[in-house]
Amino acid sequence: MIQHPGILALLLASFLVSLLLVGAGWQGLRILHGWDLKSGSEGQLDLERRTYLVSTLVPFALVIHFLSLFLFIFTADNLHTQFVGAMCAAGSLAVNPFGYPALLANIAVCLVAGMWLILHRADTQGYDYPLIRPKYTLLLGLVPLVLLETWLQTRYLTGLKADVMTSCCGSLFGHGRQGFAAELAGLPPRTMQPAFWATFMLLGLAGLVFLRSRKGARLFALLSLGFLLMAVASLISFFCLYIYALPSHHCPFCLLQREYGFVGYPLYGSLLGGGITGLGVGALAPFRTRKSLVVTLPGLQAKLAWTTLALAALFTLVVGIWMAMSPLRL
Amino acid sequence: MRAPTQRYRNILDFALSSLLRRKGRNLSLTGVYTLVVFVLASLIFFVQALKREARELLVQAPDMVVQRLVAGRHDPILAAQAEAIRSIRGVLEVRPRLWGYYYDPAFGGNLTVMANEHEPIAADAVWIGQGVARNMRVNEGDLISLRAYDGLPMLFLVQKILPTESELVSSDLVLMAPRDVRSLFHFPEGLATDLAITAGNPRELPTIAAKIVERFPDARPILKAELLRTYEAVFDWRGGLMVVVLGSALLSFVIFAWDKATGLSAEERREIGILKSIGWESSDVLLLKFWEGTVVSLTAFLSGILLAYVHVFFFSARLFEHALKGWSVLFPRYRLLPALDGYQLTVLFFLTVLPYTAATLVPIWRAATVDPDAAMRT
Repeated sequence: MIQHPGILALLLASFLVSLLLVGAGWQGLRILHGWDLKSGSEGQLDLERRTYLVSTLVPFALVIHFLSLFLFIFTADNLHTQFVGAMCAAGSLAVNPFGYPALLANIAVCLVAGMWLILHRADTQGYDYPLIRPKYTLLLGLVPLVLLETWLQTRYLTGLKADVMTSCCGSLFGHGRQGFAAELAGLPPRTMQPAFWATFMLLGLAGLVFLRSRKGARLFALLSLGFLLMAVASLISFFCLYIYALPSHHCPFCLLQREYGFVGYPLYGSLLGGGITGLGVGALAPFRTRKSLVVTLPGLQAKLAWTTLALAALFTLVVGIWMAMSPLRL
Repeated sequence: MRAPTQRYRNILDFALSSLLRRKGRNLSLTGVYTLVVFVLASLIFFVQALKREARELLVQAPDMVVQRLVAGRHDPILAAQAEAIRSIRGVLEVRPRLWGYYYDPAFGGNLTVMANEHEPIAADAVWIGQGVARNMRVNEGDLISLRAYDGLPMLFLVQKILPTESELVSSDLVLMAPRDVRSLFHFPEGLATDLAITAGNPRELPTIAAKIVERFPDARPILKAELLRTYEAVFDWRGGLMVVVLGSALLSFVIFAWDKATGLSAEERREIGILKSIGWESSDVLLLKFWEGTVVSLTAFLSGILLAYVHVFFFSARLFEHALKGWSVLFPRYRLLPALDGYQLTVLFFLTVLPYTAATLVPIWRAATVDPDAAMRT
């Protein structure tokens, strides 16, 4: 293991997040088990008090998790100098088999966590804890996911070993590890370009239909997830070529570096945010008929849908500007 | 839109006044918190600055150095090998280098004696680094005496003292003519300490190194990239080690914070009871406590960072430079160049504010959900 302060910070954060979520999950289990709003018993009052504990612990833990996703990528990028053949985070993450799974688990936790926060927000707007069961069921699903993510990340970070000089042999050349510097190939731009624009248009259309008629929330959620995947694939396939102005450089991580104006942060931030809000629209759809939410939920859904569209537009605008300004023409 | 922000502002206002009401307690907490941030921040800034310094130093280093190993030890290399290496495709330049260490018994430190390759120096004259000049108390035009391999003194005229800007590299340096180096150390003709190699394309260096080892199995090529990697790893390791050592301090701080947050005074409990009985909800009290925590954290975090910045970049991290830099008599005097980035600040935030906040969450909840009548009765 490399005793890099960034690694120590990440380990600390993921253990704290796991600890807080396990604690919150335990409270959630008790609440799910004993919840009876009609009862005025001591036990029910105690459970109601405990919902405050959960709504203190979980949002804090999840916000930390969002931050630590970016810290994770940045640390991987920061460490690339210590591995032979690694040029950026893409190389550092490939140093052992846990790097990429840890990153994917991190992103999955972010998406589910975002949906949980949206459910929580909707729940607090009703006077009678309308979403208490779905919310805590989702929390119980989130806990194992976070534990898995913590395990993968810990395995990855503790398994890192810097390629330093040894006394017997100065050079590490010929280690046969050049493999992971290999470029991510990416899908052919010719087919990806129209596919991306089509998905963007479809998402916009579904959004407008939903905002006008309040119908098709699930389709919109599905399309926003589709847009997230399509945008990442397109970013690797052709957008980043324009940003790097190199016809063969497909790395999704170099975008986060200073040379490219840290453009990766708004891009990935908007994609992740848009994915979360889009999924949130779908996640809230089954609860629109609940009595205490009839008034507030449509407004919240509309806000989420607008945010999704705005973030998708922001992503497209940013890559569009880079495409227009790039000296590269494919 | 005004109402919600107004609510936050009012509660923040109340939080500030309630912090001020318990000045002593909160000042001691902020003081300890600041100290923790200060120590960790100094450490991280210092390691970062040293890494940058090393990176900048190595910019001038040759792409590759080839040494010869005899029985696993570094030995002088045949200067004639330079010709053979020059013939390898991709090699731009091969320079045999002549240098060694000279132990000076007068002040108990090692000097690096090197033959000057770039500009010729007259026989019996030397150019010395600032550290050497300081320790030997000599100026330009003075004479210094070095003991040759056979114990006889050799006198040299100090022709030039190397400029301060290069002190990090040149503090312990003594430059002289190649002939003088050979007679000082009794270094045989035809041998060199090592070979410095420049390649036309740095990407070819590993291939060139492989060819050198193939042709001269006793050679040990060291790439600049490897040196850089090793320096980074060593500095990271030292910094990380200190963070682990400081982990116990961090833990005690977390326990301290937990204790402070749990041990509500009777007055505070009554205050929360009154607030709740006049209509504050649990979420309002949570928000109040959250604001209090944020104010304390931000104050401590920012002042800790500010103090660490001054400590590292104005006072060269006096408190632990020896633990991190290593030890030497002839240490260069230099001021680290200020370098701060968002990454280090985020890492610091994760290492300090995160555990503090996590430790106070449960006590805050307990305080906020207390029954008003029970609170006022105690």
